[in-house]
This record gives sequence, C-alpha cells and structure tokens, in this order.
Amino acid sequence: MYRLEAPEIPPGKIMALDIPKHTLVPVHSKVSDNEKEKVLSALQATTTQLPKIYKDDAALVKLAVKAGDIIKIERKSPTAGVSFYYRVVIDG
Amino acid sequence: MRKEHEEFVDSFEGQLPPSIIAEIKDTCPASVTKEQLKEIVELTLGLYKHCRVNAGECVGLVSAESIGEPGTQMTLNTFHFAGVSEMNVTTGLPRIIEIFDAQKEIKTPMMEIYMKPSHNDLEKVKKFAIKIKEVVFGDFGAEYVLNIFEQSMTIKLNKALLSERGLSSKDLAAAVKVKSKGFNMEVGNDFLTFVHKGKPEEIRQLYDLREKMRPVKIDGLKGITQVLPVKRGDEYIILTLGTNLEAIFEYPEVDISRTMSNDIHEVYNVLGIEAARQAVINEVFKVIESQGLNIDIRHIMLVSDIMCITGAVKGITRYGVVSEKASVLARASFETPIKHLISAALESETDRLTSVVENVMINQPVPLGTGLPGLITKLK
Repeated sequence: MYRLEAPEIPPGKIMALDIPKHTLVPVHSKVSDNEKEKVLSALQATTTQLPKIYKDDAALVKLAVKAGDIIKIERKSPTAGVSFYYRVVIDG
Repeated sequence: MRKEHEEFVDSFEGQLPPSIIAEIKDTCPASVTKEQLKEIVELTLGLYKHCRVNAGECVGLVSAESIGEPGTQMTLNTFHFAGVSEMNVTTGLPRIIEIFDAQKEIKTPMMEIYMKPSHNDLEKVKKFAIKIKEVVFGDFGAEYVLNIFEQSMTIKLNKALLSERGLSSKDLAAAVKVKSKGFNMEVGNDFLTFVHKGKPEEIRQLYDLREKMRPVKIDGLKGITQVLPVKRGDEYIILTLGTNLEAIFEYPEVDISRTMSNDIHEVYNVLGIEAARQAVINEVFKVIESQGLNIDIRHIMLVSDIMCITGAVKGITRYGVVSEKASVLARASFETPIKHLISAALESETDRLTSVVENVMINQPVPLGTGLPGLITKLK
C-alpha cells in the first residue's frame, strides 16, 4: 500500500483551508476501508450506485482521497437534526 | 432526565433521527419510570416507522406537484431594495426557474459579505466596501475633449475618485497602454491626451478608442458593480451586486465562514458540491418564504439532491438531469423527442424498460407502489 499525501495547496490560496469552516459546508470525513463494507451493506448498495463527488471538490481540500473512496457527510437537516449522506469519490 | 434513561433513549440512535431523540429527552418529565420511558420510545418508534415513506412511493411526483401548484401563484415581479433605487433582485418564479435550471448566468448575482468582529464598525465597513467595488476606466473620465484639427482627444480625470482610490494618472495610463495601441499618450496631472500615431485618418477612431478603453478594470474586484453596507442585527454587512467569492475570500477582514453568494455555480466552484446543494435549498426556500407560500422543505431537499447527485450541479433540463436518464423513451418524453429517438437509433441503444415513463408508453404496469415488487424479487 502506498501512502497518500494531503493535496498541496498552491501559494496564495490560503483561503482554501478555510473552506471546510464555511457554514454551507457540512463535515466531510473519509470512511475507512474496514467500515466501507458495513456502510454499503447498511445502504444495500454498491459503490457505483452511490452519489458522486469529484476528487478535486473544494470541500475535500484537507482529506487525502483517491477514486473509489467513500466520503461520509454529516448534514445538518432541518427535519432530522443530523443526517448522514455518502458519496463515492470519482476522478474529475 | 436521569443519566441511565438518557442512555436508554440514546440506544435508539440509528433507528430514530437525532431530532426526535432530542425531543424525547427534552419533553419527558424527570419523574418518568423506566417502563414508561420504554413505552414512550417504542410508541414513538412505531409512529416514526409509520410516517416514513414506503418503498415504491413516487416521491418525485409528489414533490413535483407540491412545488408546481404553489408555483402557479408566484408573482413575476422583481422588488426593490429599500433606499437604493438601482438594486433590483430577481424573485418569484423567474428566480425559481433560474435555480432549478442551474443557469450559468443569473440575472442578479449578489453577495452578502460578513466582516470579522475586529472590522465591524461603520467606517471600516464603508471603506472596505468602496475598496472592493470595481471601477473601470470609464468611471474616471470627467470630461472628453476632442480636438478635430489636431486629431487628439483629451480626457479630463475625476480627481475626487482618483484620490479616493489612491491612484494617479500614471496608473491609469499604464492600465490602458495595451488598449491604446497606435496612439501617442501624453500624461498630465489630471488629464490624458491621445494623439494618433502617424497620419490622422478618421475622427471615428478616437471615438472607438474611447469605447475600447471604457471597460478596462482599474481597481476593485471583478464583477462587483455595486456595494451597499447595511446593518443586520448588531453588525454591519455588505451587500454587493455581482459576485466574486473566490476573490473576496482572500481579504483577511472578511468572515469567510458566513459570506455567501447567490450564484449556485460559484458556490459549487469555491465551496464544493455539498455547499451547492445547501445553497440550492436556501435560495429556493428564501423565494418561497418571501412569497408567503408553504412548501415542505423535504420536497426542495429532494430536488436539490437530484441536481447534485453526479458530483456537479445539473439543472432540471434536457441538458442536465434528464440527459442522465438511462431510458431513451424517458428522455424522449421530456423534450425534443425526435432528436433523442434518432440519435438512439443511430447508436442502437437498448431500452431496458425499467422506469416509469417508458412503461406508461407501452401500457405495462409501472414500477411504483404495488407494481414495484416484481423488480426487487427474483422471479424464476
């Protein structure tokens, strides 16, 4: 297994690091490989059926992700309080 | 509520949504016994399961009707900001169409800029607002003087604006140097004179030069044509006409976490797909609220989920989400049927008839409600 480095932020783009702090952006976290199966079986879905997120999405700036990873999103929902949503990373 | 009771309620996490768990905790009296609590939670769970959407329920259709009917009552007007005559805002049906179609160019792009607490007094906010407003070369021209004999044009500069921006006539000359190719420029303290190089031809060329130089950006942020500092609650915010989130985030005075744009594509580019989804919901809800209509937010959430499912924002148009449909007949039934059918024939596409519209067309049971189980059980 190779280790993924966190993506480099071009100089002058300091603000990119503040993107996850924005009120519109919910918390994104990577689902570990061990938990992947659990998530998929709970959803009764395969990776290809999940909603997508591009690898270079602005909200993923602090996560080291590769295509095929599953991202767990903790949305603040006006009806359910908190709701969890899953997206699979695709190459953009 | 006692701690062990709270833990008991918490054990239902995953079966009940967090808001309901919190509500049980808040509303149950402290004197409740363990048996009573168990009954309460189980009844709630039963009710919650009963309220959930059944498998095979056509939620999209319900959403379409629930948004469509109140939509017919919306006004076609734009309204004015109190106090500022030139700031119109698109609302009502035109704005809804704009959002759901995910149009690239929206009619009134706007930003709400929040400032950090350390920069939140009127003077600083006003100063910042002036700083970010885009000024073009045309704004500096106070007077244009044409000398027909010498074939020259003198532009007298607006001194007040120059000193407000801290610029000199030399800065302006440098900015328009490329645009004024073919002319000799004489730079004065408060004027610029252009003379045609070589043989003077037509006076028209000087007019053309003027028009060519007018839109050259001199200072401020691109796209921000108007600024308006207003008080909201305890703090001052800046409303702008025109958006440029990426550039505004570079200023240290700005509170990045709350500054918003109403351009969905810009939110997507700067903040990502999840933020765009939330922005669609917020923007639609704002319109609906301002019109005094009552649409359940779940319908809007469903539509905006669909728009963002591919990882990019897609409008509800034949180029957007409809083009993603697997079935030829379903695509053809939306708009431009002949185009879809011909291209499908050319590519020899197969229609698996797995969705609703195509089954309506061929007079077969649709996979909805009681028609669905045939799809999810294995038939031998």
